[in-house]
Amino acid sequence: MDLITPGFGLVFWTAVTFLLLLVILKKFAWKPILGAVSEREDSIKNALLEADKARQEMENLKSDNEKILKEARTERDAMMKEARDIKNNIVEDAKEEAKAQANKLMEQAKVAIQNEKTAAIADIKTQVASLSIDIAEKVVKEELSSENKQLKLVEDMLKDIKLN
Amino acid sequence: MQINIFRFILIGLLFLVSFNGFAFNEEKATDDKFDPKEMILHHVKDAHSFHLWDWKGHPVSLALPIILWTDNGLTTFMSSAFHHDDTGHHIVEKNGAKFVKLHEKIYQLNPNETTVAFDEEHHPTNAVKPLDFSITRNVFMMWVSVLVLLFIFIGAARSYKKSENNIPRGIAGFIEPLVVFVRDEIGIPMIGEHKYKKYMPYLLTVFFFIWINNIFGLIPILNGANLSGNIAFTFTLAIFTFIITTFSGNKNYWKHIFWMPGVPVPMKIFLMPIEIIGMFVKPISLMIRLFANITAGHVIILALLSLIFVFKSVYIAPVSVAFSLFITIIEIIVTAIQAYIFTILSALYFGMATEEEH
Amino acid sequence: MTITGIAAIGAGLAAIGAGLGIGKIGGSAMEAMARQPEMHGKIQSSALILAAFVEAVALFGVVVAFLQG
Repeated sequence: MDLITPGFGLVFWTAVTFLLLLVILKKFAWKPILGAVSEREDSIKNALLEADKARQEMENLKSDNEKILKEARTERDAMMKEARDIKNNIVEDAKEEAKAQANKLMEQAKVAIQNEKTAAIADIKTQVASLSIDIAEKVVKEELSSENKQLKLVEDMLKDIKLN
Repeated sequence: MQINIFRFILIGLLFLVSFNGFAFNEEKATDDKFDPKEMILHHVKDAHSFHLWDWKGHPVSLALPIILWTDNGLTTFMSSAFHHDDTGHHIVEKNGAKFVKLHEKIYQLNPNETTVAFDEEHHPTNAVKPLDFSITRNVFMMWVSVLVLLFIFIGAARSYKKSENNIPRGIAGFIEPLVVFVRDEIGIPMIGEHKYKKYMPYLLTVFFFIWINNIFGLIPILNGANLSGNIAFTFTLAIFTFIITTFSGNKNYWKHIFWMPGVPVPMKIFLMPIEIIGMFVKPISLMIRLFANITAGHVIILALLSLIFVFKSVYIAPVSVAFSLFITIIEIIVTAIQAYIFTILSALYFGMATEEEH
Repeated sequence: MTITGIAAIGAGLAAIGAGLGIGKIGGSAMEAMARQPEMHGKIQSSALILAAFVEAVALFGVVVAFLQG
């Protein structure tokens, strides 16, 4: 019976001591310890979240990079194609122009040759005419002594001369 | 490193167990009749002086102050005034009253009496018990344990401030897992994520206070500071749990006690007294569980050691030492388990009191 | 037989009941742990709490024995 009767003095001292211990430990131990633990847990959680975010960002960046690279490649291809086209055009144009120039020159040359030829023919004609007149003069002077001779000469001459 | 410390403590405890055995041997040499029941009860109960050891047949003990509230007001004197007398024969006169000590209880003799008269059951007939606020050996050990707790936990809390990033250093590295255990295994699952914070200081304090006093009770050189095996101690802590439970009870809690929802009306009336009794049985069972577990552990260890003196044979000593060693090791586990159970049941009751309707 | 002896027998009977109860709890907890090792911690703490409840009943018996003794 004695063993299970709470002694008043011990109850009193236990209550006082426990309450004091509770107050002191709450203020000076549990608050800092639990605070530090939860703070650290929060910081770990935050760090993990941030790492996740960073990874996500990296992935985004990587895909962005790829996109940009792809775009750059297509752009380069387009530019090269354009450049090739331009080159081709220029070459084509140059060829065309050269051909045209050449044709023109040929045309001019032809015209010049024709002109020269016409001029030369005209010249020859006049010279032939004058020569003929000279010859005719001489022949006439020499041959036109007799009628026969004259006639014969004229006939021969006429036979020879072949108008072209 | 930690394992080494544990091993050191364990070896130290084993050493002390055998030391205890020697102490009884000395005691036996001067006493002819050995009564194990008396020895065990003397050990388990509280005392007014701190008996350390016997030296050449004389007990060596630490005198503790005796504080009494009598009709004449507060009376204080040291327990050494009784000169180790525990039979009620040595009378101390103080503050106009006569006091005797009988079976570790202080009695105040009625006025004009000079000796204590006993009835058949050896209870004094002409004396009354004044209110006893003495610093008994349990109170003394409680204060020692409080100093140890303050030293450990305030030191641990300080070490966080010194370190960067709140990394636990030194003693905090040992303390932190325990604190986190109380929070994650007791507080959060029993009370709930949102409300547990309010109760954490109480749960932590109770857990470590009980645990350290359980451990102190197991250290034999301290000679039976059986604080956590004293019903007054467990009664006080159970009362605190009861008060906190009652005051944090919400509407839902009281409804479950007085008008159980979801059952027919006759059942409600039938359940009401059961629930009201249950409200009080919970702290009572907390009180009895801790008291009986710790006391039983002490009683068994001492009874096993008493076997040597009961049989008056040295040859029984290896058996009783081996068994008491085994029980001591089990008791080391029980110290933690009982602290855990007291705390988790307190948390469970708080959780029941604050549970929302669902 | 004295009243103390009868009280001691009562305490022993209470201990038998509690022993059976705690044994059942322990056995079931072990079985549950073997079946679901991942729930180990939860099962252990629940088993401890239940054992404490059963034990309390036996301890009431012991206390009654103390009252008589």
